[in-house]
Amino acid sequence: MSDHNNQAVARYRNDFLKEVEEHVEEGEWVKMCMQCGVCAGSCPLGAHWEHTPQKLFMMIRAGKREEVLRSDAMWMCTSCYNCVVRCPRHLPITHIMHGLASYAHRLGLAPKNQPTREFAKIFWDNLVNKGRVNELKLTLALYFKDGLVQGIKNALAMQSIGLGMVKAKRLNPMEIFGGHGLRDLKGFQAIVAKAREIEDKKKGYTN
Amino acid sequence: MAEMKTAAYLCAGCGLGERLDLGQMEKIAQKEGKMALVRRHDFLCSSEGVALIRDDIEKEAVSHVVIAACSRRAKTEAFDFPTVAMSRANLREGVIWIVAEGAEHDEVRQEMANDYLRMGCAELKKMKLPEGNPNKAGNKTVLVVGAGISGMTAALETAKTGYEVVLVEKSGELGGWAAKLWKRVPSRAPYDKPQDTGVAELAAQVTSHQKIRVHLNSTLAETAGAPGRFKVKIAKESGAVAEEEVGAIIQASGFESYDIAKLPELGGGLPHVTDQAGLEVLAKTANGKPIKRADGGEIKSVAFVQCAGQRDDTGTHLPYCSGHCCATSIKQAMYFKDANPEVDTVVLYTDLRVPGMGEDFYRSAQEKGVIFTKAKVSKVESAGAASRVNFRDLILDEEVAMEADLVVLATGQVPNSGVNIDLPDEDETKSKQVSILNLNYRQGKDLPQLTHGLTDSHFICFPYETRRTGIYAAGPVRRPMDILQATEDATGAAMKAIQAVENADAGRASHPRVGDLSYPIVRLEGCTQCKRCTVECPFGAIDEDERRFPVFNESRCRRCGTCMGACPVRVISFENYSVDTVGNQIKAVDMPDEFSEKPRILILACENDAYPALDMAGLSRHVYSAFVRAIPVRCLGSVNSIWITDALNSGYDGVMMMGCKHGENYQCHFVKGSELANYRMSKIDDTLKQLGLEVERVASYEVAITDNARVATLINDYVAKIVEIGMSPMKGFG
Repeated sequence: MSDHNNQAVARYRNDFLKEVEEHVEEGEWVKMCMQCGVCAGSCPLGAHWEHTPQKLFMMIRAGKREEVLRSDAMWMCTSCYNCVVRCPRHLPITHIMHGLASYAHRLGLAPKNQPTREFAKIFWDNLVNKGRVNELKLTLALYFKDGLVQGIKNALAMQSIGLGMVKAKRLNPMEIFGGHGLRDLKGFQAIVAKAREIEDKKKGYTN
Repeated sequence: MAEMKTAAYLCAGCGLGERLDLGQMEKIAQKEGKMALVRRHDFLCSSEGVALIRDDIEKEAVSHVVIAACSRRAKTEAFDFPTVAMSRANLREGVIWIVAEGAEHDEVRQEMANDYLRMGCAELKKMKLPEGNPNKAGNKTVLVVGAGISGMTAALETAKTGYEVVLVEKSGELGGWAAKLWKRVPSRAPYDKPQDTGVAELAAQVTSHQKIRVHLNSTLAETAGAPGRFKVKIAKESGAVAEEEVGAIIQASGFESYDIAKLPELGGGLPHVTDQAGLEVLAKTANGKPIKRADGGEIKSVAFVQCAGQRDDTGTHLPYCSGHCCATSIKQAMYFKDANPEVDTVVLYTDLRVPGMGEDFYRSAQEKGVIFTKAKVSKVESAGAASRVNFRDLILDEEVAMEADLVVLATGQVPNSGVNIDLPDEDETKSKQVSILNLNYRQGKDLPQLTHGLTDSHFICFPYETRRTGIYAAGPVRRPMDILQATEDATGAAMKAIQAVENADAGRASHPRVGDLSYPIVRLEGCTQCKRCTVECPFGAIDEDERRFPVFNESRCRRCGTCMGACPVRVISFENYSVDTVGNQIKAVDMPDEFSEKPRILILACENDAYPALDMAGLSRHVYSAFVRAIPVRCLGSVNSIWITDALNSGYDGVMMMGCKHGENYQCHFVKGSELANYRMSKIDDTLKQLGLEVERVASYEVAITDNARVATLINDYVAKIVEIGMSPMKGFG
């Protein structure tokens, strides 16, 4: 899908910036950053990231491809939109973060075992399976993603909340047997496949 | 001149009538002030009150008027009697508004008012009605030196208002730096791409204008005279000399680009490293096609290094920011991007500064894919066919290097100020500086420089004004700037030049005492040729004749009185401001005896900042001691030390001198006045010791116009200190 992974990127050339512009959602905005640092200062999780948005954008412009795509930073974004509201240049920073995460994932460069990434995978698979989110299976998949023992520990820790939800009829234990799906599941899956096709074409993953 | 007939007018309005015993004051005006006429009015600045004064001037032939009412800075339109000499006794802002309320203060309040009235009468008797400069001259042609954007704009703006212009240009064509540019930074919306310089159109307008005469290949061999009567010798390259008479001069001599040979660490001297001017040459050669290197090599990547040899705090290179270079680099990066978007352009900056509408231009460059990197460049070196730029990325916080086919250094503007006359040894023989104006003034050939070689006298308070009256600086010679700013600058300077020729024609002063008709009068028979006035005049107005007597060029004078303050034999005066007008006021104060517990403190306050601050203290009702007596002076530089000696001899217990901030970031309206005063007063301690007085009895203060609360505190603290020291032992001997 992309041979960019195999190319050496020259420093402070436009190569990687162009790659981002072509393949990353809202990537064409990266060049408009004026390095004021307001996003970095506004991010409630800023201290917990490897790189702030300001730094990520600079790294893109500096051609630091590997470091950008392997960064955990864009996975840590909680979509609070503080940065978007405050950016004097009106960059859709949150969207760029998600775009970068998605691109890194597609290229297989996103950090392994990154919890947000794993959850996103579980969520997506769960969703496309029946066209609806099966909350029970989603929860269990998340609990057991690190193995059986850890899964049982997680489940026991959350036991009272789970039972409470069952009593309050917010969680149906019977959903474990497949659960209910959309009436036209095939149609839904066709929509998703088509959307992906369009998106891939738009972002240049396929011709 | 007709016989002197004096009159005093006391106002009872604004609470003066209730707080003061005006009957007592009428008697003082008659008996002590010896006023021929004394009148009181309940509302003197009303049309009725003004008519009363006007009637007396017309029918009673009154020639000298004291108005005892508000500050001399108030009601100037009502009390405008141009045919008589006038003094003002400040009873409102100076007395009733600042003396504490209550009957227990009635006595000191009345004494203060009485003294101000006595001082007004005493001053008046030494005043004459100013009649205007007798050596006035009315040539109204404006000479413009330099035909770049600034010079051409100044010439056109002046000519459009109907004044004749002589334009002198060193090179063989009009246009200056701007003519060397391929394009200019945009001056019109949407500010998104480089724009034609417009130099050709401007030059065509200049050439075809009937009121502009152009001398190309010419320099000034000599400039003599004064506003309204400058005589200039214009030397042509051919050796011929033309003579012109002009009324005012605009110096638009522009700048040189900082020499990149002085920047070897940034690659100055390497084959593929150039400055912004060098890139303009390449762009002009390419003429819209992709720009090639000087060796014909293709350019795929360009690095722009901002602040090269600028904003340097080590003292090696230019310490200042030249203002235009960020936008210029953006423009030059666009040269490449517009011709071929595949060319990589990187701007390495520490702070991107794009004044005016430059942010739009910056954004446009980002949209075109110019990369901006916050970086500090440490070294540029050769790397094969390219150059390697080593820098610290200030965002990523790491040392990195990049390669580029061409490196452009954004060097700064070095003003073409000519000779620095403040360095005694710097003349053409010792430095490569060549004089621009070749003034035959006693103080030197060129205009005094403010800082970093820039020809100005104050960047903020009085732009275009130099320290030579009638000569104005415009454009980058004055401060670094871009084309748009230079255009505005030139227009401002043109207006200043027009004002100067008109004022010179009318025999009036120009900035800052615009319209003042008084002028310095020197009694040469008493002069000892000490040269202090000629050396200290902040504006170089005074030359020397062959016998070393001072030659006053009145229309070069700003009327600050610094010469008057300097003169040890006191032979310099103005008709309405002299050693006697102030000296008489000092002596007019009624001096209580040593045991009265009523000290008297003289305040000599600069009328530009300190005196308004005192007035504002009154307006804000900041109470201060009623023991002070304030006299406004034109500038602290005009304070003659005889006033201090006289004051101390006649029993004053202290003298407060209030002037403007001096030194770096000075605020003196006459540039050097307060500094000179401070220097002179630093030597007064010996005099005090000889008189057996404490050095604290004379104190200097820097007072800004906004210091209205502070000035009251200063006075009260000083009075407290004098009370602590004790009364002057000199009382009763004066």
